Amino acid sequence: MPGFILLNDFLLLLLIVTSLVALHTRNLLGAAIVMSLYSFLMSLVWLNLDAVDVAFTEAAVGAGVATVLFIGALVLVGAEEKGRPRIHWPAVLLVGLTAVALAYGTLDMPAIGDPQAPVQTHLAPQYIAQNVRKISASSADPAGHGAAPGATGTQGRASDYFHGHVPNMVTSVIVNYRALDTLFEVAVIFTAGVSLVLLLRGRGAGS
Amino acid sequence: MRVWELYNYWIFILLMMIGFYTIIAKPNLVKKVIGLSLFQTAIFMFFISLGKVEDGTVPVAVSFATAYSNPLPHALILTAIVVSVSTLAVALAIIVNIKDAYGTIEEEEIHKAQED
Amino acid sequence: MEDQVILRIVAKLMIPFILVFGFYVIAHGELGPGGGFQGGVVLASAFILYGIVFDAQRMRMILPRGVSDALASAGVILYALTGLYSLFAGYRYLDYSPLKPSDAAIAESWGMTLVEYGVGITVAAVMVTLFNELVEGTVKKG
Repeated sequence: MPGFILLNDFLLLLLIVTSLVALHTRNLLGAAIVMSLYSFLMSLVWLNLDAVDVAFTEAAVGAGVATVLFIGALVLVGAEEKGRPRIHWPAVLLVGLTAVALAYGTLDMPAIGDPQAPVQTHLAPQYIAQNVRKISASSADPAGHGAAPGATGTQGRASDYFHGHVPNMVTSVIVNYRALDTLFEVAVIFTAGVSLVLLLRGRGAGS
Repeated sequence: MRVWELYNYWIFILLMMIGFYTIIAKPNLVKKVIGLSLFQTAIFMFFISLGKVEDGTVPVAVSFATAYSNPLPHALILTAIVVSVSTLAVALAIIVNIKDAYGTIEEEEIHKAQED
Repeated sequence: MEDQVILRIVAKLMIPFILVFGFYVIAHGELGPGGGFQGGVVLASAFILYGIVFDAQRMRMILPRGVSDALASAGVILYALTGLYSLFAGYRYLDYSPLKPSDAAIAESWGMTLVEYGVGITVAAVMVTLFNELVEGTVKKG
C-alpha cells in the first residue's frame, strides 16, 4: 500500500503540472504535445489503480490517435493563440464555486480502496464469483454452466449472467453481458467517421 | 475531516476545474477542445479510482488472486474513452470548417464577423 | 520525410510487427488485457505510421478510400448480424448460444471472438479515415 500511495501521489503531481502547462501555453502545437504527455501519465495512473484494459485504451487512443488528430488540425488552422494572456476573473469565481460544491459533495464518500464501499458490494461480487468459478471448474462439465437460455430462473431470467469461461472480466461484461451497448458504441465510432467524411472530404476540390 | 482518505478526490476536482476553466475562459477554439479533453480524462480517473479495492488485483481471473478490483467501472470508461476520441475528431473537423468560413478561430473575432 | 534514412528503414521494419501485434491484441482480448478497441487502434497505427513517414497518397494506394469506408461498415454489420442470427434461431438478440447449441460456453467464446473482430475492423478503418480526412487536407478551397 505505501508503494501504491507514493506512485499515485507522484503521478498526480506530474499531472497537475502538465495540465497547468497545457492551460497556460499559447503555442498550440506545444499544448498538443503536452496533452499527449497528459494522456500517457493518466494511463500510468490507471495502471497503478489496476485498470489495465482502460490504461491500454488510453495509451493507444489518447496518447496516439488524439495527438495525430490535434497536430493535423493545427496544421490546417494555425498554431498560435492570439490575444494577451489575462486572467478571466468571473470564470475563476465560477470555477471556484463549482470546486467548493464538489468538494463538499465528496465529504460523504468512502475512502479509496475500501472493500466495503457500496460499489464493491452491490453487483460486482456476483460477476467476479461467476468468472472465478467458471475458470476453476473444468470445462468438461456442462452441468455447471447455468440455465439454458430458453429456460428462465425463478426471478424471470437465467440464473447466471453469462456461461463462458473467459478470464478477462472486463471483456466479459462489455461484449457478453452488455453486448447491445457495445453495438451502439461501435455505431458511434462509425458515425464519427461518416461525419468527418461529410465535413472534410472535398475541401481541396473547390466548393 | 478525513483529509488523509479524501485528498485523492480533491486532486481530481482540481484537474477537472483546470479543464473547466480552460473551456470557459480561453477564446481560442482549439484551446477549448484541449480543455474538454482535460475535463473528460479527469472524470474518467474519478470513476476508475472508485473501483479500486485494497490488496486487489487486475480483474483478470487467475488462480493465485484473493481479491479483484471492480471490473464494472472499467467497462463504463472503456466505452467513454472511445466516444471521447470520436467527439474530439468531429470537433476538430468543425473547427477546420469554421476557419474556412471566417478566416479565424478566435471567438471574439468570429462574433465580430457574424455581426457584420 | 522519405529522405530520412533512419525513419524510412525503421518504419518499414516495424510495420509488420505492429500489424501482427494488433491482431494478437484483438484475438487475445478474452484472455488478458486487450480486445476489439485496443487492437483496432494498434492496427490503424501501422497504416498511419506508413502515411506519416511516406506520403499519405502512397498509403491510399495500399488502402483506398472506398476500401476503408467499406471496412468501417463491414465491422458494424458483422456485429449486428451475429446478433440477428441468434434472433432468427429462436433465442434473444446477441445471445450467443445458437452458435453451438450443445455447449453454451464454447458458443459464447465463438460469439465474443466474432464480435471482437467486428469491433476491431470498424475501429481500425475509422481511425484511418480520421487520419486521411484531417491530416491530409493541406489544400484549401477558395
